[in-house]
Amino acid sequence: MATATTPAPTRTCNVTGFVVDRNGQRLALGNIYAAFLMLALGGTLAILIALQRQGLPMSDDWWYRLLASHGATMLLFWLLYFEVAALYWGSTMLLNARMVAPRVAWANLVMMSVGMLLAQWAMFTGRATVMFTAYPPLTAHPLYYVGVLLFAVGVLVACIHFFANVVVAKRERTYEGSLPLVVYGLAAAAIIALYALGTGAVAYGMLFLHSIGLMESVDPAQYRLFFWGIGHGAQQVNLAAMVAVWYALIAFTVGGRPVNEGLSRIAFLLYIAFIHLGAVHHLLVDPGLGTSHRIMNTSYMLYLAVLASLIHAFSLPASIEVAQRERGFTHGLFQWLRKGPWREPGFSALVLSIVYFGFIAGVTGVLMGTMQLNMVIHNTLFVVGHFHATVVSGTTLAFMGISYYLIPLLTERRLVAPRVARWQPYVFGGGVAVLTLGMLLAGQLGVPRRVADLEYAAAPIGVDLWAAGPAPLVMLAVSIGAVIAVTGGIMFLYVIGMTLLKGERSETPDEGLRIAFGPRARLRAPVGEPTASEAAPDAGTGVDVETEHGHVTGLRERWRRFEAPGTYVLVLVFLAWFVVMYLVAHLNLSQSWPVG
Amino acid sequence: MAEDQDRTGAAPDGDDAPDDARRELSTLLPPEERWWKRLGPDERRWLTIAFVWCLVLFTGMYVWLAIGQQQTPIESYRIDPFVFQQEVDAFIEEHQVDEVAGAAIVEPPPGSDVYLQANQFAFRPVLKLQRGETYRLLVSSTDVQHGLSLQPTNLNFQVLPGYLYVIRITPDEVGEFPIVCNEYCGLGHHVMTGLIVVD
Repeated sequence: MATATTPAPTRTCNVTGFVVDRNGQRLALGNIYAAFLMLALGGTLAILIALQRQGLPMSDDWWYRLLASHGATMLLFWLLYFEVAALYWGSTMLLNARMVAPRVAWANLVMMSVGMLLAQWAMFTGRATVMFTAYPPLTAHPLYYVGVLLFAVGVLVACIHFFANVVVAKRERTYEGSLPLVVYGLAAAAIIALYALGTGAVAYGMLFLHSIGLMESVDPAQYRLFFWGIGHGAQQVNLAAMVAVWYALIAFTVGGRPVNEGLSRIAFLLYIAFIHLGAVHHLLVDPGLGTSHRIMNTSYMLYLAVLASLIHAFSLPASIEVAQRERGFTHGLFQWLRKGPWREPGFSALVLSIVYFGFIAGVTGVLMGTMQLNMVIHNTLFVVGHFHATVVSGTTLAFMGISYYLIPLLTERRLVAPRVARWQPYVFGGGVAVLTLGMLLAGQLGVPRRVADLEYAAAPIGVDLWAAGPAPLVMLAVSIGAVIAVTGGIMFLYVIGMTLLKGERSETPDEGLRIAFGPRARLRAPVGEPTASEAAPDAGTGVDVETEHGHVTGLRERWRRFEAPGTYVLVLVFLAWFVVMYLVAHLNLSQSWPVG
Repeated sequence: MAEDQDRTGAAPDGDDAPDDARRELSTLLPPEERWWKRLGPDERRWLTIAFVWCLVLFTGMYVWLAIGQQQTPIESYRIDPFVFQQEVDAFIEEHQVDEVAGAAIVEPPPGSDVYLQANQFAFRPVLKLQRGETYRLLVSSTDVQHGLSLQPTNLNFQVLPGYLYVIRITPDEVGEFPIVCNEYCGLGHHVMTGLIVVD
C-alpha cells in the first residue's frame, strides 16, 4: 500500500549505528508514554490497596473498584502498551527498517486508548467491579467489555503490523539472513499473542453479547477455558517479550551473546508450540475435566515449555559470563559476576529480574501448575505472590531496565539523574521481593485473594484465622514491600519524566550509560573498569575458550573445560532449590485432609 | 540530521574488526550465516539434566496418584441450579440438628453424601462431620462463581453454577474449620463464610 509514497525520513543512530525510521521512533515512544502513564496509575492504585490493609479508611466497594482497575491497568494496559512499543522498536530500528503503515499504527494507538478509557470509566464508576477475570455470571456494563475488546484488537493489529514490518524489511533487504535473536524473541511473543488474543476475543465477545441481551447465558466452565487462553496467554506474551528484552539488555550492558544462539531460538520455538497448554493451570480444581487432560495440559506436554525456560536459565547467565570472561574477568568461578557493572541500571535490573523470575516466579509457577499441589494453592494469595514475581519483579523490572536505554536513544536526550537510576532497580526489586515473599507466605497460611477484610468482621460466621498470629505480620510485609516497590517506581518515573522534560538534547545520548556496541561503544576501554592488571594472569584464556569445543588447551583446572563454569554452578544451585521446593510442597500437601 | 545511511548498521562489511563488533551485537544483529550449530558439551549436558527434571515433574503427578492421599477430584456433573437448590433444601430439612447465626447446622450420617451450597454470600449449611469418615461433598453454586476454601487445612476448589463437583474428604482432626470464599463473587465477597464442625 504505502510502497509508492516517499520513504519516511530516517536518521542514523550515533550510538548504535542503526538506521532509525522516525515514524517507528515516534510510534514506539507514543506507546511507551502511554505505558508509563499506566504504570503511574497502577502504582498509585497499588499503594492505596496495600495501605487499606494497614487501616487506610476506604469503603469495601471502593477497595474492590481499585483492585479491579489495578489488575487491568498493570496486567493489560501497562505491559501491552510497552510490548507494542517493543514490537515497533524491534521491527523497525533493529532491522534498519520502516513502519509500513504509520497512520494505521497511530489510529491503532488512539483506538487502544479509547478502549482503555472506556474500561477505566466502567471500573471507577463501579459499573464493572468484576475484576480482570470477569467470570460470568457476574456481569459488567457492556462498555467495559467493548473497552477491553477495543484494546485487545489494537494489540492484535500491532502484532500484524510487526509482521508486516518484518516482511517489508526482508523484501527491501534492510537486513541480511535470519532475524536478530531479540527480534526473533519478539516474534515469538507476537505469535503467542495472536492465539491468546483470539481466545480472549471469544471470551469477552461472549460476555459482551450476553451483556446486551443477544446471548442468553455464558457457560462458566467454557468461559474459563477461553478466558485463560488470554488470561494466561497474555502472561506468556510477557514472558517471551521479557526474555527477548533480557537478551537485548545483555547486548547493551556487557555486549554478551548466547554461547549457542540456535539453542535459544529453539527455546522460543518450544514456547510457541507448547506454552499455551499452560492455560489449564487455572482449571486444575474446576469441575468437568479428567485427570489425563489436566496432567497433559498443565505439564505443557511433558514440560517442554519449562524446558525452554531452563534453556534460557542457562543461556542468559552464560552469555553474561562469556562476555565478561572475554573482557578479562577470568579469575575463579565468579569473578565475572562480582565484577559485573552493578552500577549500571540495565545490568542490575537484568540480573535481579532473571534471579527473581527463576528462583521465585518460575518455581512457584511450576508448583502451582502441578495438578495435586494446586489444591493447596488455588485462589490463595500464593497465586498473587506468584504473578507479582513474574510480571512485577520479572517483566516490569526488565522493561524498566531497557527503558534506560530506549528512552535516551529514541528521544536523543541524555538521561537525567543517572545516580537515581543506579539505585532504582535495587529499591524496586527489593520492595517487590518483600511484597511477593509476603504474599507467598500468606497463601501458605490459606489467606484468600481479593478479600477486602481478612478479619471477616462483617461475616455472620466469623473467621479468626488471620486476625492474629503470623498472618498480620506477613500482610504487613506485603504492605511494606508495596511501599518500597512504589518508591522504586516513583524513582523510575522521575528519571524518565525528567529526561523527557529536561534532558539535554544530544548527538551522544548514551553519556552516563554503558552501551556495549556500535560506533561509540566504549566497553573495550571502560573508565574505572578493572583493566588488564586484574585479569593479567588469565589474559587470553577467553580466546582459548572461544575456540572449538573440547580443544581447550593449557588450562590446568578441570572446570575450565566448561565454557561458562560459573553459570554451570549457578544453574545447579537453581535446580537444587527447585527440587527442594518441589519436595517441600508435597510434604505440605500430604498434611492436608485426605481428599479425592 | 540525516547522516550517511549505513544500512548494515554497526557491522560494516570489510571493517578492520568486524568480528568483535559483530559478535557483540549478535543478539541485536542478524546471526552470521545459519544460526544452528552443534550443541557444545555444556549445552548438551544441561539440556539432558533439564529434560530429565522435566520428565520427573511430569511423572511426579502420576506417582502422587499412586501414593498420595490428596488427589484432585474429577467426579462432576451438570446440574440445574434450581434443582440443586431443591436438593440442598431437602437435605437440610432431613438432617438439621441446630442453628447458628441464622444458618442451619446439619449432621448427616457418617460416610454419606453431603450437600454444600455456595451463594452470595454464604456457604450453607453448617456441617457436623465425624472424624475419620469419608464424605462425598456435593458442591455447586446457585448464582455466580465461588471459591470453596477449607481452612486451615487449605484445600481449595472452584465452584461453578450449573456444575456439581463431587469432592471426597476425610476430616482427620477434631475442631471447628471455617470455610471462606476465595473467588471474587461480588461486593460481599469478604463476608462469605461457612463452617465445618468435626467431632
